[in-house]
Amino acid sequence: MLSFLKDPWPWYVAGPLIGLTVPLLLILGNKSFGISSSLRHICAACIPAGIPFFKYNWKKEVWNLLFVSGIIIGGVLIHQSTPVAVNPELVKELAGYGITDFNQLVPQQLFSWQSLFTLRGVIIMVLGGFLVGFGTRYAGGCTSGHAIMGLSNLQLPSLIATISFMVGGFVMVNLILPYILSLTI
Amino acid sequence: MLNTEKDLELRSQDTICVNESRLQHKWYHNIKYLIVGILFGIVFIKAEVISWFRIQEMFRLQSFHMYGVIGSAVLVGMISVWIIKKMGIRTIYGEQIVLHPKQFNKGQIYGGLIFGLGWGITGACPGPLFAQIGTGATVIIVTLLSAVAGTWVYGLLRDKLPH
Repeated sequence: MLSFLKDPWPWYVAGPLIGLTVPLLLILGNKSFGISSSLRHICAACIPAGIPFFKYNWKKEVWNLLFVSGIIIGGVLIHQSTPVAVNPELVKELAGYGITDFNQLVPQQLFSWQSLFTLRGVIIMVLGGFLVGFGTRYAGGCTSGHAIMGLSNLQLPSLIATISFMVGGFVMVNLILPYILSLTI
Repeated sequence: MLNTEKDLELRSQDTICVNESRLQHKWYHNIKYLIVGILFGIVFIKAEVISWFRIQEMFRLQSFHMYGVIGSAVLVGMISVWIIKKMGIRTIYGEQIVLHPKQFNKGQIYGGLIFGLGWGITGACPGPLFAQIGTGATVIIVTLLSAVAGTWVYGLLRDKLPH
């Protein structure tokens, strides 16, 4: 029991728990599971700027903002004490880019306030974030809304979106990211 | 007060995740979603779903972990939705559960590819961004704000983009 609390949970524990979020939100109040919508609600609440896409009653979607606030709190409450056990091949490759610290869930050598002052850091954190926000809204959902909620409801558009996510990810990680990680400025 | 139907239509635009409830509640009814979010965040961290390394392994086919997580989540979600529909399960307020079918548009391909590129770099979809901030990686606030900016720019350019 103690090791279950301390060690990382295997996929067959985490996956079903994440899947159960779908019926839980539906039964609690007819809410379709989705996270990227929260970014749109933040725009609608803070910077609508007269754009029709953001002119709706965002207050009705406060539940979604509370849900993502909960995710932040979950992160504050739980600490993963063991370093991430990374595939040895990846360890070797990352060492070539100066990434050697596996103690945190996000690599300290890439994601830090200092690296925000490097070109590599700006591409990874600022451009990367922009693509996530722009792409998820353009696609109408992210991994939760399309891959999990949409596929759960057998939606073909969600399958198309999920395949597109994966294609984009494979292209980035295997063909483009090595050049970004090689940047020394 | 906005027209509810029209408002729902606008919110449904380009989104798969719609709040279908027509009921009005006091604010504290929303606290249950905060609690679900906390539990969800804990699972994210305990299973290392929010780890940049795990996403890199996934796209390099070096680990089964993420495929197992997403695959089993989808399977459990599918069975749950099937049971809800089959048995006509209602919400705790007695409201009928509504799931809208979604129309295909090219945005799901173009936007999907763009999001995929971002996912590969940041190693995080929107959910994990929130959780990463919680774990103390405060610089991810910049990534999150950038994602909000991306969403805003999409809203601005929406009419000019192919859909």
